[in-house]
Amino acid sequence: MTHFENAEQAKRDPLYKEALTELLYQFADDDFILAFRGSEWLGLAPHIEEDVAFSSITQNTMGHATFFYQLLEELGEGDADVLAHERGPESRKSAVYLEKENGDGHYLDEPFYDWALTVVRHYFYEEFKQVKLELATRSSYQPLADAAQKVLMEQPYHLAHWKMWVKQLLAAGGEAEERLRARMVEAWGEFKDVLELGPKAKQMADAHLIAGEDVIETQWVERVETTVGKISKQQLGKKQGSGRSGEHTGELTIALKTLSEVYDTDRTAIW
Amino acid sequence: MYNFVEQGGVNDSGIEEDPEKYQKFMERIEAGKLIEADDWMPEEYRKTLIKLISMHGISEVMGALPEKEWTPKAPTLKRKLGIMAKVQDEMGHGQLLLRVTEDLLKPYGKTRENLMEDLLNGDLKFHNVFHMKTKTWADAGLIGWLVDGAAIISQTNMLDASYGPYQRALHRICAEEVFHAQHGEAIIMALAEGTEEQREILQDSVNRWWPSLLMFFGPGSASTTGSSKQEITMKYRIRKSSNEELRQAFLDKYLPRVFSLNLTVPDDTLHYDEQEKKWIYQQPDWNEFKQIISNKGPMSKERLRLRQIAYENNRWVIEALSKEHSFS
Repeated sequence: MTHFENAEQAKRDPLYKEALTELLYQFADDDFILAFRGSEWLGLAPHIEEDVAFSSITQNTMGHATFFYQLLEELGEGDADVLAHERGPESRKSAVYLEKENGDGHYLDEPFYDWALTVVRHYFYEEFKQVKLELATRSSYQPLADAAQKVLMEQPYHLAHWKMWVKQLLAAGGEAEERLRARMVEAWGEFKDVLELGPKAKQMADAHLIAGEDVIETQWVERVETTVGKISKQQLGKKQGSGRSGEHTGELTIALKTLSEVYDTDRTAIW
Repeated sequence: MYNFVEQGGVNDSGIEEDPEKYQKFMERIEAGKLIEADDWMPEEYRKTLIKLISMHGISEVMGALPEKEWTPKAPTLKRKLGIMAKVQDEMGHGQLLLRVTEDLLKPYGKTRENLMEDLLNGDLKFHNVFHMKTKTWADAGLIGWLVDGAAIISQTNMLDASYGPYQRALHRICAEEVFHAQHGEAIIMALAEGTEEQREILQDSVNRWWPSLLMFFGPGSASTTGSSKQEITMKYRIRKSSNEELRQAFLDKYLPRVFSLNLTVPDDTLHYDEQEKKWIYQQPDWNEFKQIISNKGPMSKERLRLRQIAYENNRWVIEALSKEHSFS
């Protein structure tokens, strides 16, 4: 197995670099959009303690996105801020399920957000991210292995937080359990896109960048079902399309417009 | 963020309650000793603290909302991370202070839920600056630089407050507020050294926020708005300086910085009186101030609506948690 110690070595192998950047865009774009969805919740969480915890997790998640964009910058993909703010929806590699709006309304106007969606989405995502990062610690690209190791220092706390929410709301029974179960079934029909590695999955596996997507899926299902039990008899689905292949909804377009609103007023200015 | 001292209406002087205990209480605070949550305290002291700290706490929570408007829009990854960290701190301050208030409320059988209800029905006020509109990214910088800068001046004035739990909370809060002011200053510096358009939005922001910044410290005396509790808070050694002294300290510190960036403030009468050693400035409209803190400010209704939605829309979650808790 060829091991790449740094960006300069990776850049000398175009096929390797192609698979590597694809994987890094997935890491970065997933965290970027989910941190945005988290930031929309500020001041609207069920209680103030949760507002404090959730905004801390959101900030960390945006920090992880930044970290992955910087790895892309080192590989010659362009400035991290350009990668975060200037790429259109069609070039985003984030999963479609993660761009789904938090509920009804806008974050500044009548935001009737759904805590059940947020708890399920974050719990499912953090379990997935934990698996993907653990696998990435054995990556042939050393800067990615190091980054994964570093992110894994914070990741277990995020996972523990959302796992606690899932367990508490399920244990409460009644309306809370019903809401959560409904959101889990919905997620089951869409989450396969999150677990996939996209059109370059084979290249990634061949280059030993990360284990195959079947490994990610198996480990994720096992961990999630250990916590919440069997969710559905159906196969995992991707009803909303494949974000890994650049398919997205209008909800991502709107989100990106907000995220780039000030940046777009002058892309060359120093902010 | 913070609080001026405005509301009056506390009449329980405490002397009538138990003259002997009252005298010992006053001797303790005059000797610089701290009062703790379970200690005996006069009603006037307790009620003053509740009003002051609940307003401070809820202002922290409401104060996160104007900046939240700009959190996802922050123009770089670094700025996004900075403002995310800041709003998280503000929420944390709110949580800390509401916990301090909850202990003080115990003898009345009141809880945080009562405070939230008071906020929504207008009985619990939040700081005037957080009723104001934000218009551009420069406002996010200005809130950090000058509003948090003003908060630091207000809060350091109470770092020796006689009530132990509040004093300890303030020490932690002030340490974080210094970072907030630096975060705001960094945004402002980038705009001040930036393009013509960036300088324009910055100057516009200073112009729009200037009256609110003067109002920040509250009226100079009870005669201005009809009530003031600053004398009571000074008597009980909760704070040291008057509203006007704090405002002068703010002008002393920040006007030279504003001018050094070639910015102006919208007040032709502003000057420093060398003889009186104080800034002479045009008084803000204190009637407008009264309207603002009575939830009739430009964004009062919208911001309260957000809290109301959070409160009502998540009721099923709170009910589930209390149910789940009762099983364990």
